[in-house]
Amino acid sequence: MTRVHLLLLLMVIVCALSVVTSQNKARKLFAELQKEKDRAQQMEVEWGQLQLEQSTWAMPARVEKIAVDKLQMQLPKGRQIQFIRAEELNAALTQP
Amino acid sequence: MNYSSNIQAAKLATLPPWRSRLLFVLLLFGMGALIVRAVYLQSIHNNFLQQKGNARSSRVIDISAHRGMISDRNGEPLAISTPVESIWISPQDVAATPQQVNQLARIMGMDIKEVKSRLFDTTRDFVYLQRQLPPEQAEKIVKLGVPGVSLRREYRRYYPGGGITAHLLGFTDVDDNGQEGLELALQNQLGGKAGSQRVIKDRKGHIVEDVASIRAPKPGSNLVLSIDSKIQYLAYREIKLAVEQHNAKAGSIVVLDAKSGEVLALANWPSYNPNNRAKSNLQVLRNHAVTDLFEPGSTLKPFTVAAALETGNVTPQTIINTENGVILVGGHKIHDTHPEEALTVAQVIQKSSNVGAAKIALSLPPETIWQSLNDSGFGTQAGSGFPGEAAGKLRDYKKWRPIEQATLSYGHGISVSLLQLARAYTIFANNGELKPVSWLKLDAPVSGKKVYSDATAREILNMLEMAVLPGGTAPLAQINGYRVAGKTGTAHKLEGGHYINRYISSFVGLAPASSPRLIVAVMINEPNNGQYYGGMVAAPVFSNVMGAALRLLNVPNDTRLGNVLMPPSVDIVKEEV
Repeated sequence: MTRVHLLLLLMVIVCALSVVTSQNKARKLFAELQKEKDRAQQMEVEWGQLQLEQSTWAMPARVEKIAVDKLQMQLPKGRQIQFIRAEELNAALTQP
Repeated sequence: MNYSSNIQAAKLATLPPWRSRLLFVLLLFGMGALIVRAVYLQSIHNNFLQQKGNARSSRVIDISAHRGMISDRNGEPLAISTPVESIWISPQDVAATPQQVNQLARIMGMDIKEVKSRLFDTTRDFVYLQRQLPPEQAEKIVKLGVPGVSLRREYRRYYPGGGITAHLLGFTDVDDNGQEGLELALQNQLGGKAGSQRVIKDRKGHIVEDVASIRAPKPGSNLVLSIDSKIQYLAYREIKLAVEQHNAKAGSIVVLDAKSGEVLALANWPSYNPNNRAKSNLQVLRNHAVTDLFEPGSTLKPFTVAAALETGNVTPQTIINTENGVILVGGHKIHDTHPEEALTVAQVIQKSSNVGAAKIALSLPPETIWQSLNDSGFGTQAGSGFPGEAAGKLRDYKKWRPIEQATLSYGHGISVSLLQLARAYTIFANNGELKPVSWLKLDAPVSGKKVYSDATAREILNMLEMAVLPGGTAPLAQINGYRVAGKTGTAHKLEGGHYINRYISSFVGLAPASSPRLIVAVMINEPNNGQYYGGMVAAPVFSNVMGAALRLLNVPNDTRLGNVLMPPSVDIVKEEV
């Protein structure tokens, strides 16, 4: 009888201790999760800012200005444009 | 007394039994007291204690949800919410040295006096010191470590396009709720709902346990608009140029996808910078293209003629006697700038003859014309859901006098918005079907409402093409490599019930005419540099925007290059106004 009691007591103690450790573990993991969530949010913020930055650099007005002033590009005039129809191209390619 | 003598005494005589009994009873009492106390704390007083315990560690925190992003049809961002920090203080807890106050003021760029008055205003519990600071600045303030000064995360809206998309998107208020434009129209989808959560915090304020989620945060959904940001920029640039070149009061432009009714671009000039609205006044915030009405003038003629063609009474070749350019209707004179003896119905559109249009209109019952205009979407809201969208005015045909019926045929005595007008032209691009306007990108084609028969729509399109060729009113609207169909409009402005010598020039056109892909509607308000005819002022804007947009969209040419034929400028047919 007493042996059974002792065994049960031991089990209860072990259970109690494991509850304590798992609680502690859970809290640690939660803190970690919280940290990762914060990081995710920070990254989201950064992503938004980078998107803003990218679209500021890629503003059509800016691109146009650089194309015209720096790279000296211009729209081709009427005679400089040549249209090649897909059928004609294929026909030309098949004939040696 | 010493110990040894005591021990000896104990050995000699046994203790009286009451002493042990007394001790036992005392211990029993002690234990009883403990049990009673325990029962009291555990069950009777439990609620109160639990409450106190929770108050020390359990917290409800808000989880902010951000507003959805708006992007154009190709995924380019048009409006993004990024977090900023607002500094708030509870003045009763503030303890700041004069040095710290100085530093605070310097970081925030505020007046020291202002900062002091807010910091030490102990009559209030909660004061915003500064709202919407960039995170870096906010971090500096936290580092100062002034007690009673705290941060609160908020979101601020940024518009990378600035003035280009200002009228279209509108803006949000300081709490990130839509106030104008699409931000307001789509508030329900865009707006995020903040959530809250119960957590346990430790002594240092770290969250140690997530107890329960009270309300899950709902971030706003991201929306994809029908706008094409490249075409939007083009439209904005050209309308701005035209308004400045003609010294006009204002200008608007709308670009629609002819087949689906999607809005590809919508711009007004003057515009404002939505990222910094400090200097903008109310007038500049108006989205003229959607909320303002004007008398369309001749751009309405195709609908009169279409109504006549539908009845079968006339064909495009029917000859109308235009009486050398002057007729009298109910004592009022209607005349043409280019008097002709007779014109075919097609030429009435080509030369934009008021006499011809009036005669065609007067040959029809008023109800037919009213029905035609009403079915084309005039006098009713386009149903786009844009805030402040104007419905326009189309008077009841039962009250029309003959002169009203005549002037209505060439677009006077009716008011429309530019968006409405552009939408009405989808009829001629879709075999007589009027398409609904959409601000959002559509995945599947939507069906519209059949207004005219296929044949009528095609005949009108042919007439509109003639108007753009030499001999018409708008040769300046021609585009290299594409066939164009379109109609000019020039109207006197109404002021206090009288027509005055200030004008609204407009042009609405479709291209490529063989199978229209785009509709561009241009309106210039009060051009002031000598020219005011729609064919001279608005048509070139159309040509520039339409040509570039078609090239951007890789629309194949439907005619040879070098198709543009310019008559000597004196020969451009000017329409009557």
